[in-house]
Amino acid sequence: MKKDAIDIRWHGRGGQGAITAAKIVAKAMFQSGYEGVVMVPTFGTERRGAPVFTSLKISTEKIYDLSPIDKPDIIVVLDHVLLEEANIVDGLKEGGTIVINSPCSIDDYRFEGRKVAICDVTTLAQQAGLREGIVNSGIIGSFAKATGIIDMDLLVTAIREEFSRRRPEENAKAALLAYENTVIGG
Amino acid sequence: MHIIESGNVAAALGVKLSRAQVIAAYPITPQTPLTEKLSEFIESGEMEAQYVPVESEHSAMAVCIASSSAGARAFTATSANGLLYMHEQIQWAAGARLPIVMCVVNRGVGAPWTIWNDHQDSISQRDTGWIQYYVNDHQQIIDGVIKAFMLAEEVMIPVMLCYDGYLLSHTYMPFEVPEASAVDAFLPPYKPAYALDPENPANLNTVTMPDVRLDAKGRLAHGYMEIRYLLQEDLIRTIDVMARIDESFRKHFGRGGSPYYETYQCEDAEFIAVSLGSLSYHLRDVVDMLRADGFKVGVMSVHLYRPFPAEAIADALAGSTGIVVFEKALSYGYQGALCSDIKSALYHKGVDGSRMPFVHNYILGLGGREIRTTDLCEAFRKSCTEGAAPTDELRWLGLKI
Repeated sequence: MKKDAIDIRWHGRGGQGAITAAKIVAKAMFQSGYEGVVMVPTFGTERRGAPVFTSLKISTEKIYDLSPIDKPDIIVVLDHVLLEEANIVDGLKEGGTIVINSPCSIDDYRFEGRKVAICDVTTLAQQAGLREGIVNSGIIGSFAKATGIIDMDLLVTAIREEFSRRRPEENAKAALLAYENTVIGG
Repeated sequence: MHIIESGNVAAALGVKLSRAQVIAAYPITPQTPLTEKLSEFIESGEMEAQYVPVESEHSAMAVCIASSSAGARAFTATSANGLLYMHEQIQWAAGARLPIVMCVVNRGVGAPWTIWNDHQDSISQRDTGWIQYYVNDHQQIIDGVIKAFMLAEEVMIPVMLCYDGYLLSHTYMPFEVPEASAVDAFLPPYKPAYALDPENPANLNTVTMPDVRLDAKGRLAHGYMEIRYLLQEDLIRTIDVMARIDESFRKHFGRGGSPYYETYQCEDAEFIAVSLGSLSYHLRDVVDMLRADGFKVGVMSVHLYRPFPAEAIADALAGSTGIVVFEKALSYGYQGALCSDIKSALYHKGVDGSRMPFVHNYILGLGGREIRTTDLCEAFRKSCTEGAAPTDELRWLGLKI
């Protein structure tokens, strides 16, 4: 792993759009000047609804190791129920951050020595005018607020481009609402 | 312009920029998104080509053979068992000297069934007379496709451009998409010396007698053996042609300079790891880790595997103390095919009694078995400290038995 690398692992369900979310962040990070950007989806024989994850590696230098991330700096969870189903926080570094789409209170989560950020992206996305269950644009807003590593304007532009034919304004609004309503603790 | 996309999209963009005229393909994981992308380009009018949906890979190659014989620039892509199902037509395309380009999105072969990456599919097609070129990232995929058409058409031998399934095909990374006008300036339209013509019917590749004989016009015609000898001669000549094309590409686009292989930290290396595809880039991180511990190590990625640039590879490796070949395929019953080829290339360096580097061979990652950086590091370190082994035993990495 490169010295300056940021390793982000995205957990969602098959069909939920975790790969698209990670791709949008990858594009925005590249535009902001990081030359090393790789997003490696981990493929099994997943079905729609089954737990899936993808690894996003960011660095100022070209990245040569395409293996999945086992010690992430940041974990993003698109569905809080996944925390009960699988050991998705495995390997999260001391001082790392976990971003969760959850309707629960911040006090319900405790990860020793890690920062937690939560946001009810599912509800906010519907308020933004998206169909129920579309959370991959919204979670990007929470990610931006919780980590502070990327400019929200760049992300919103990348979201509008990615969803240019699928409700670009509503998707951008979902991300902005999530950004404003993310609670950080831990 | 730089974009962030998958390896399959990089390949599809390369095919579009090369202005391939006929695409015939049958979907198979992990190749599918590549041919889907091409069919989208053609459907939307972005690409002017005929897409021939076929019922099997055997037919895909048959359509490429027919359209290439008629003078069209033909492309197909496949993986694993799809490639094996083509096998008879693959041999035919090489013998018929047709400049078809095929992407092989590397995947393990059944049985048992696997959809994940290794190199057994293309390695098993090593001896068919095709050119085989392995690439390590998305930039090399898109550039490699464009260079492959030029190479195939110059030597009239088909090319397999091989890249790792999932690891490259489904991974997203930035790469530069060349301008269409720049590609047009580099790669002229395909002008075959001979193409099928309904006004002038001809027989192609009919039964050829064991000996040479006079043809219908009374001229001495090649027998089967002469035709096959010329394929071998032209494959050997391809090694120089590849270097020339790579140089021309570098002048047009500013990228290249490693037509046969790419090295990292090999200048003063005592121990050199050798590998094909993205694994050879993964090994760069391992080299950095071992260098930090004081080991003088480097890594070589072999790009051009057939024809095998034996002299250049032997020259680059002969001065080292030890060579460690990491392979995701093997010639069952012996050892890794690349390892055998490297030892064979080194042989003439030692016939005068010169000291020869030892060669270790690790088999790993079969059927998508995870390749851990720490495991690679330990294996390479062990080879450096152990040195020459008394036997030529195959070593397995990541095996859980």
